[in-house]
Amino acid sequence: MSKLNLKNMPIGARVCNPGSSEAVLTGDWRSYTPVLDREKCIDCLNCWMYCPDNSVDVKDGKLIGFKMSHCKGCGICAQVCPKKAITMTEV
Amino acid sequence: MAKTQHKDIAMNGDGAIAYAWKQIDPDVCAAYPITPQTIIVEDFSKYVADGDVKTEYIAVESEHSALTLCAASCSAGARTFTATASQGLAYMWEMLPITSSMRVPVVMAVANRAISGPINIHNDHGDAMAARDTGWIQIFAHNVQSAYDNAIIAPRIAEHPDVQLPILTNLDGFILTHAVERMTPVDTGDVKKFVGEFEPVCPLFDFENPTCHGMLDGPDYYYAHKYQQTVALGNALKVAEQVFKEFKELTGREYKLVDEYRCDDADYVAIILGSSYGTMQETVDQMRDAGIKVGVAMTHVYRPWPEKELARIMKGKKAVAVFDKHLSIGAYGPLYPEVVASAIDLDEIPKMYNFIYGIGGSDVGVDSLKEAMEKVVDGSAEKLNYVGLKI
Repeated sequence: MSKLNLKNMPIGARVCNPGSSEAVLTGDWRSYTPVLDREKCIDCLNCWMYCPDNSVDVKDGKLIGFKMSHCKGCGICAQVCPKKAITMTEV
Repeated sequence: MAKTQHKDIAMNGDGAIAYAWKQIDPDVCAAYPITPQTIIVEDFSKYVADGDVKTEYIAVESEHSALTLCAASCSAGARTFTATASQGLAYMWEMLPITSSMRVPVVMAVANRAISGPINIHNDHGDAMAARDTGWIQIFAHNVQSAYDNAIIAPRIAEHPDVQLPILTNLDGFILTHAVERMTPVDTGDVKKFVGEFEPVCPLFDFENPTCHGMLDGPDYYYAHKYQQTVALGNALKVAEQVFKEFKELTGREYKLVDEYRCDDADYVAIILGSSYGTMQETVDQMRDAGIKVGVAMTHVYRPWPEKELARIMKGKKAVAVFDKHLSIGAYGPLYPEVVASAIDLDEIPKMYNFIYGIGGSDVGVDSLKEAMEKVVDGSAEKLNYVGLKI
């Protein structure tokens, strides 16, 4: 993203380019990281439904891991997992 | 010679503002009635009910909701008006800086009334002054005619591409809102032409170019956006002057950033705000008849602060008396420090006095203003004085 300055900055803190949240790597904020125990996972995809940042990686109906570029480490996935297959570990 | 001609009518200040709004026909109006603004809302909602305007009138449950709705509808791209007074403006306070930071040119009429407590419904400038630092443009009326004229001028200043900020048009509660005066309206076609179409910048309802309003800022951008607002509010000085000029060409009525009366050759100048500008003009005339060279000025545009014009008016004067219809308790009236700061670069700084007056509707006529000005002339006034305090 190009750096904004006083001249090119949109007024009123408006965001005038749609989809720009993709460029803001909220994964930088993370202090805890979800770690998956594949043995315990039953692919119910509760974590995929609850993740506020669309960071749960699913392929062919199977949970394959987490997309770390936008995972803020909030831990909701671990909380909603019925099999306790996700643990939050310090980065 | 004015281009527009219209028969004079008798109206109170609230009615005159509602009438101007009827002529402008804004897209959206959301307001909650409160004394002494009530007549604006009543009259305008009648115009809506009668089909005189196409405005979407939204009855809200509070002033906080009113201004929230106005900021949102203006963001969407609709020309949006509202009105309030006193506690209503206080209840809106949270939304005042949000509206200005969103850079949406909402137009709001404020019928100036004392802030509770003790509970008081009468006029002073406590409500407008509490909104002073919220980034809104503020203009003041001194009679019904100028309240009406300000209502037509306001959207032109607020919506200008170099400004894009919300605007408060102030008029003194009861003294102007409820008193019937003779005034000359502008022809409706001319009002529509003068105000023109609202051209919003990146509105939410531009579906081809989706945008997001009301975003979060970190410290760097927050500071930068506040600086952007400061520049935009400063631009309003030049824009207001241009709009006043065009308004004079249309109607023959002249307004300036600082309206002034007999200041040119005066030794003593009073600086005052609102309806008392008229009372002080009569005081000036009487004192001039007695051979004392007095003049009066009113900051017609209060925000942005017209520093250069005030400095020009104060240059070479013996003394300046600043009359405040509000008291920043524990300090001075709110106008006084800003007037003093505006005089600081003059080669010879006049003596500066502050007079608090008209608090909570306390009556101030020519006699008490004259008594105050006589104390300025003979030098017996204190730095801070209380006019008409009856205890």
